Amino acid sequence: MRPPGGSGLPGAGWRLGGVAVLLAVAAVFPLVFTNPVITNYGVFALIFAGAASAWNLFSGYSGYISLGHAVFFGSGAYTVGIAAKAWHLTGLAVFGLLPLAAAVAAAIAVPFGLVALRVRRHTFIVVTIAVFFIFQLMAYNLSFTGGTTGLSAPFLNWQAASYNDPFYYIALVIVVAAVALSWLVRRSRFGLQLRAIRDDEDRARGLGVRAMRVKLGAFAISAAFTGLLGGVWFYYLTQVQPPSGFDPLFDLSIALMTFFGGIGSLSGPVLGALIIEPGQLYLTTRFTNGYVSEILLGAIFLLVILLLPRGVIPTATERITAWRAARARQAPAPPDAGPEGQAGAGEGTGPGAVDGPAVRTGGTPR
Amino acid sequence: MGRQIAEAIVDGILVGGVYALMAVGLTLIFGVLDIINIAQGILVVLGAYLSYVLAVHLHIDLFLGLLITVPAMFLIGVAVQLAFIRPLRGQERTSMTLLVSYAVALIIEGILYKIFGPDYKQLSSWYVTRSVHVLGFYLPYIYLFGFALAVLLIVALYALLYRTPFGRSVRATMQDEVAARLIGINVSRVAAITYGIGVAVTAAGGMVFGATSGGFNPNSGYDLISRLLAIIILGGLGSIAGALVASVFMLTLESLVDVWSPNWAIVVFYAALVIVLVVRPTGFLGRREVRAQ
Repeated sequence: MRPPGGSGLPGAGWRLGGVAVLLAVAAVFPLVFTNPVITNYGVFALIFAGAASAWNLFSGYSGYISLGHAVFFGSGAYTVGIAAKAWHLTGLAVFGLLPLAAAVAAAIAVPFGLVALRVRRHTFIVVTIAVFFIFQLMAYNLSFTGGTTGLSAPFLNWQAASYNDPFYYIALVIVVAAVALSWLVRRSRFGLQLRAIRDDEDRARGLGVRAMRVKLGAFAISAAFTGLLGGVWFYYLTQVQPPSGFDPLFDLSIALMTFFGGIGSLSGPVLGALIIEPGQLYLTTRFTNGYVSEILLGAIFLLVILLLPRGVIPTATERITAWRAARARQAPAPPDAGPEGQAGAGEGTGPGAVDGPAVRTGGTPR
Repeated sequence: MGRQIAEAIVDGILVGGVYALMAVGLTLIFGVLDIINIAQGILVVLGAYLSYVLAVHLHIDLFLGLLITVPAMFLIGVAVQLAFIRPLRGQERTSMTLLVSYAVALIIEGILYKIFGPDYKQLSSWYVTRSVHVLGFYLPYIYLFGFALAVLLIVALYALLYRTPFGRSVRATMQDEVAARLIGINVSRVAAITYGIGVAVTAAGGMVFGATSGGFNPNSGYDLISRLLAIIILGGLGSIAGALVASVFMLTLESLVDVWSPNWAIVVFYAALVIVLVVRPTGFLGRREVRAQ
């Protein structure tokens, strides 16, 4: 059952197979669970999976923690709302505005990044919070955003039973695209430069990495996906107000999901979102008197961070690797089992995985 | 118009003093320990509630009550640091502190909701409602006392950091943790105590905030933390005097813009931070970056 060569992780074939099975499960999910209450969970989980994945593409790879991604999410939502109203679009045509939402978010990311990415990473976090508040307040105060009442989407004349399904599949496609792009970035020179910046920006710059350009590129790509999802989210909920579109909890949630799953890894953010978002939705609907769900959420956060400080995926990978290494030691060890097994490579680019060379290449392309 | 502007400036300076009281603890924790303490906002609110309980149920004067709430908050701070922040290790430590302190904030907020409910509370005393008439301005006593308290605490913190052996350990830890450990400084003890002090100072900030904000509830922490973070970045991370300068600057600016357009006043607050950082990435009084990262 083990892949050839005794490597610490399943081989490419197994991985592809696993991804195919997961995709198949995700694709038939709304056909099996037709209850709109359940598919509603699915839509939200996928929107957050995509957003966490996009966030990870920038923050996980570059080490610059952004707490301002709600700027892109909200801008995407407002873009779709404003454009649909201005051009009198209804029904399916509104989905055609999604690329515009992505473009607007990316266009906002460029000046945002040019300012915010000048400072070092701890200050960066606070600057992103500041920019986030500027956008939320603009949404309140500008004339074309509808102020406090916000905007509402054109009415969708769909059957209630299957209303969620198109949104589910659109979100699914975006999640797949975000993960695929993250995978491509990981393997590319661009991704290597990003991780070099994460590990030691001064040294990376000394080695010829154009740090600003690389960081800005990742920021804009990440923003585009987030804006896209903001557009989907808006049309799904059919409304947006300043505090819901530009929601500080959105930023903290996607950061938490990514940390929970394993920051810097490929599947971590998706897994984190698929677990946490339905959990959060369940808790808030189950305990309607706010504080119980709040205390529970806080306690769960603390437990997760203290018990799994590097996230589920890196920890699990490490456990499996250790287990395989132990088994390999009992059996006659294949010649290449040692170093590769120890490196715990693959997804193991989680925080502090290895205190070694300045540039950790992380997931070795195999 | 000139009259309004003068009033706005006086207002800004006085409210700035209150914000300085809330921000010094945060700049100490962020600047020295590299902990992004999102919980600082709710800790301010907790401080306000503690003063509220003492004042309403035990009839203890607000300022006198600080003798109880400050040590209590110190203990809470040390406990939080030991239980949740000390175990964090590794490269992403600073980001993890952000999430941990957010979780702590959620729990504290939930507990405050459970005990006090969502109703707005306010601290009251004779000096909250009365003001003194100076040069044609009405200055509420609470702001004057609060400002004096802010200056007093800042001087005390300076004395602690620059005139005592403990302060030397703190500054050594801030400059180079490994080297500090090598010369025999108990770094984890310094970290716990510094975090405790940062939280303890917040008790004073919370009391004055509770008396001046025109009502607070468990949800008040969110608006506060973002403003406080903006203030300490503008002042320069870890700079205690910078926190005071930036508080007064920001609040004066906000109150000036408020004369023309209340809606945009708070936007200016954050825009000022962004503009200043473009010109001077270390903030007003920040010397070069304290740490490489």
